[in-house]
Amino acid sequence: MDKFVRLEGLVAPLDRNNVDTDAIIPKQFLKSIKRSGFGPNAFDEWRYMDVGQPGQDASGRPKNPNFVLNQPRYQGAQVLLTRANFGCGSSREHAPWALLDFGFKAIIAESFADIFFNNCYKNGIVPIVLPAAEVEALFKQVETTPGYKLVVDLQAQAVIRPDGYGIPFQIDAFRKECLINGWDDIGLTLRHAEKIREFEEKRRINQPWLFA
Amino acid sequence: MHEVTSPQAFEGLKLAGRKPWRISSIVATADHNTPTDHWDEGIKDPVSRQQVETLDANIREVGALAYFPFKDARQGIVHVVGPENGATLPGMTVVCGDSHTSTHGAFACLAHGIGTSEVEHVLATQCLLQKKSKTMLIAVDGKLGKGVTAKDVALAIIGTIGTAGGNGYAIEFGGSAIRGLSMEGRMTLCNMAIEGGARMGFVAVDDKTIDYLKDRPFSPKGDIWEKAVAYWRTLHSDAGAQFDRVVTLKAEDIRPQVTWGTSPEMVVAIDAIVPDPAKQTDPVKREGMERALQYMGLNPNTPINQIAIDKVFIGSCTNSRIEDLREAASVLKGRHIAATVKLALAVPGSGLVKHQAEAEGLDKVFIAAGFEWREPGCSMCLAMNADRLEPGERCASTSNRNFEGRQGPGGRTHLVSPAMAAAAAIAGRFADVRDVL
Repeated sequence: MDKFVRLEGLVAPLDRNNVDTDAIIPKQFLKSIKRSGFGPNAFDEWRYMDVGQPGQDASGRPKNPNFVLNQPRYQGAQVLLTRANFGCGSSREHAPWALLDFGFKAIIAESFADIFFNNCYKNGIVPIVLPAAEVEALFKQVETTPGYKLVVDLQAQAVIRPDGYGIPFQIDAFRKECLINGWDDIGLTLRHAEKIREFEEKRRINQPWLFA
Repeated sequence: MHEVTSPQAFEGLKLAGRKPWRISSIVATADHNTPTDHWDEGIKDPVSRQQVETLDANIREVGALAYFPFKDARQGIVHVVGPENGATLPGMTVVCGDSHTSTHGAFACLAHGIGTSEVEHVLATQCLLQKKSKTMLIAVDGKLGKGVTAKDVALAIIGTIGTAGGNGYAIEFGGSAIRGLSMEGRMTLCNMAIEGGARMGFVAVDDKTIDYLKDRPFSPKGDIWEKAVAYWRTLHSDAGAQFDRVVTLKAEDIRPQVTWGTSPEMVVAIDAIVPDPAKQTDPVKREGMERALQYMGLNPNTPINQIAIDKVFIGSCTNSRIEDLREAASVLKGRHIAATVKLALAVPGSGLVKHQAEAEGLDKVFIAAGFEWREPGCSMCLAMNADRLEPGERCASTSNRNFEGRQGPGGRTHLVSPAMAAAAAIAGRFADVRDVL
């Protein structure tokens, strides 16, 4: 996993509540057995005028000019700004894989769905929860300012606007450390292998039915 | 474990040179990509076939407590297969790369969906890093009316708390109406906890839980069974337990539900009308409603029972168990689907459910009514196989998500109970099942 310390990135707005993971990456693309290559199909049904198929070259497909991420001013965006309950529905990790492959490294929202929120951390995407009023103000600024960029300073736990106004955000200390160092969760857990084994041995005696 | 969210986890393990920690904790089946007809022809879509074959190969290599591959007599939807084989037991922590893992909470399990990285983490370590959830009690007291099912309770709850209402919470479903539900009904309810934003929902152990589990293939036997039952009976909240949030509903107030929009919280009773966005004061919510109505091809203030349907789907991890099929069949018996209904699918949740239904003659009821009686799988809940809606088609569906494109690009999904889906199939439009029972 890539390290995440500080990012200055172009912001793209997706002004909707309850964006679900079916919308982020439709089911036909879940048939892939790889972790990469989902970016061209992120938001596929909103982004293109036709129905996309797995393995198809997306470059020649007709794009929906009304979909915000197709607007020239948002090309190359690394920060996604959205509303409440982003990433609800299916647990598919293909959703953060698609967003990452598309280029997003941070997502700012009023709230996130739980499973999606966890999946972001596993892939080095920073999900940032900000108060609704701050999100609303950011939407206004993005809309009126072409080339609008935000700084996400993970070390300082703040989103910094171009006008210098900093918005603090909360993040679990352990998750922050993992992101900053790009640590592999499994390696960290396996440091406790002895304790896991001891716990299992006790369980094997007390609850033998769990060990068929 | 199923074929869609596991290949990258196995690949990750292999690349890191790691082995699964405890093979006997793995239960796997192929369900999302499997066809529901012409099994003799195999899986025609090469991409789907590759995914199923990848699961076959991975399990062959690492092993499992149980694997129910495509065409196995016990194959089916992972959340139907686990409980019916006694692989899901009270007090367990059950995880799967599938958000509807909350289903297993019906057995007082801590059961929730995880991403593929977490599947790999569990395989490698038998552990997960977790933050303690907040607690919510949803108490439904009283007696459910005739024709009102667990699905209606689930939708009514989501209509009350909203799709984000359960974010960060583990939900306990309690109250006399919940205790009155069968294990199948409790599974339907817990299944949809995720649609209310909660990763997990559960119900305390009682006699019904124990009776259901007795003599299932993987349930403990003999002395260990007795010991297990004694422990399981302790799995309930203490009297007077404090919850971070308590929501109460009266069973008598719950009517058969129908969703009208593109989020499960966009739901009303069958005798209501499609809501009017003009009455919504929050601009973001209003736009969401307008967008949903446009996608669904509906006008505000249309009576729900005037909405005509093209297809009917009875199935999915929410509503494909024997009780669901019985409920639908009781409505369909001696009746026929409307001429305007292009396709009505009955898809049992597993090979065992299908076998049981056929032993009871339910297949004949469905077929006589004009339904297609299919092989088990996830089918048109998410249309990863060939079962899907065409653009603009409207479906009465017993599944769990009415998201845009969920049942096929441009498809329009209305979530209902099996009995309500059967009533809609007969009428060709949504109809109050209480009038035909």
